[in-house]
Amino acid sequence: MNNTDRLRRIFAEALNIKIETVIDSLEYNSIPEWDSVAHMSLVAAIDDGFDIMLETDDVIDMSSFAKAKEILGKYDVEF
Amino acid sequence: MTFFQELNKFGDNIVAIEPGGEKYSYRSLVTESDRFIENLDTVKKKLVFILCRNCFEALVGYIGSLRSASAGILLPSTIDKDSLDNLTGLYKPDYVWRPVNSGNGVFNFKNYSLERTGITRDEEIHSDLVLLLSTSGSTGSPKMVRLTASNIDENASSIAEYLKLHEDERPITTLPMHYSYGLSVINSHLKVGATLLLTNDSLVSRPFWNYFLSSKATSIAGVPYNYEILRRIKFFKMDLGSLKTMTQAGGKLTPKYALEFAEFAEEKKINFFIMYGQTEATARISYLPPEDALEKYRSIGIAIPGGAMSLIDDNGNTINDPNIQGELVYQGPNVMLGYATSVSDLAKGDELKGVLKTGDIAFYDEDGYFYVTGRKKRFIKIYGNRVNLDEIEHFLKEQGYNGVCGGKDDQMYIAITDNGKAEAVKNIISGKYGFHPNSFRIKEVTEIYKSTSGKILYEKIFKDIGN
Repeated sequence: MNNTDRLRRIFAEALNIKIETVIDSLEYNSIPEWDSVAHMSLVAAIDDGFDIMLETDDVIDMSSFAKAKEILGKYDVEF
Repeated sequence: MTFFQELNKFGDNIVAIEPGGEKYSYRSLVTESDRFIENLDTVKKKLVFILCRNCFEALVGYIGSLRSASAGILLPSTIDKDSLDNLTGLYKPDYVWRPVNSGNGVFNFKNYSLERTGITRDEEIHSDLVLLLSTSGSTGSPKMVRLTASNIDENASSIAEYLKLHEDERPITTLPMHYSYGLSVINSHLKVGATLLLTNDSLVSRPFWNYFLSSKATSIAGVPYNYEILRRIKFFKMDLGSLKTMTQAGGKLTPKYALEFAEFAEEKKINFFIMYGQTEATARISYLPPEDALEKYRSIGIAIPGGAMSLIDDNGNTINDPNIQGELVYQGPNVMLGYATSVSDLAKGDELKGVLKTGDIAFYDEDGYFYVTGRKKRFIKIYGNRVNLDEIEHFLKEQGYNGVCGGKDDQMYIAITDNGKAEAVKNIISGKYGFHPNSFRIKEVTEIYKSTSGKILYEKIFKDIGN
């Protein structure tokens, strides 16, 4: 599985949404499933899934799926 | 006189600032609230649904409703249509103050409209009733607490007194306005003429922190979940020079975290208040004085000014010695009239007479500081033994698992989000408590469902287990 698929699956599971709906333009607070509670589940799942510890700025800047990929780039996760 | 009847005395003080930079004075709050009232047909006492966001318009509706001596029901603006329709059927409101710019309301102000429902209602509303708040914080629950003007004013005064609030405070909203704790932050600061920093952004978003810094927030309020977020985003390393006060309520913060925040507060010269309360007491019941936070961080502290706490045993007798557990009873001027589940309850008067059995189990130490150890209703019996479900949850957390606990006699359920750890959890629970493996079940779940105010939704989590 490539990293994009892995991240999509993490999003789908953490937010409890269909994997088809995880696209670049998916934004924080744009759907009821991605609220602050789900955001922290998502952050924890990304930490676990890629064996990293997201920094403060990255946790609060991760406002879309596209942005999540960009942020993970800083942790040497390639897409 | 209640605080909301004398807001004019703060005149040009700024009552609220919004993230876009809009500022509103106390005078303009009174002016707009009174325009709201002028458009209510007040031949009979009215019932108004107020759909809340943390914005000035919602504040106008809330204060307008209070000043007109109508009865207001605060609901989240995000409430879904089915839930709102259900509540409308049960409570028969005369008006709804909602965030739509329809222009069709009897009163329109900025992005809100006051709409007449057209419902005719024969049921009376008790003259003392001015506010109804949901007990659960979950959207759409019909169970409400009935509150009076005196309840609201007395609790605001007590809070302002022990937090030593003054007009230079600038609390930033971290909780929804329809939630009793969030509303208590608003009420207690209106009491002293302070400035509310109104935002709907959450602690995990960049706009929230930009707003915090640019508007120089002086205080933050949070439920345990908010404090867990603050830890995760390395709050302790943030440079927040304007922050002077932090309050925590809405459930028991894990003691380890409570101590971390107490230590942080000590170092940064921040007043950290661990508090306890219930919507049934308008909001606040007790607080831990910040100077005691390091030593007594496990405690909910002492009763708020004007209130008293005591404990009763299973026979209803008062406990007079420290370190003995009993049900926590609160007595004070902020205790609700009683509950309501539909419009027919709104005519009822004071059923509690200022005395609230909290349903929480607690003890007090030699210094008279109280400690909540669990909830009366969250006990089950396993093979005749009383089991405190909250205690097991705490144990799981201490062991590094994310789980919650529910169930019935002889059948406890544990839901965990830790993948593939069901067997391990089963073993440590059996080992620690000596339960028979068949007396409890473990389910791996993807999410621990919580309400908008962070309360765990046990029914939803466990509804499909054991049937």
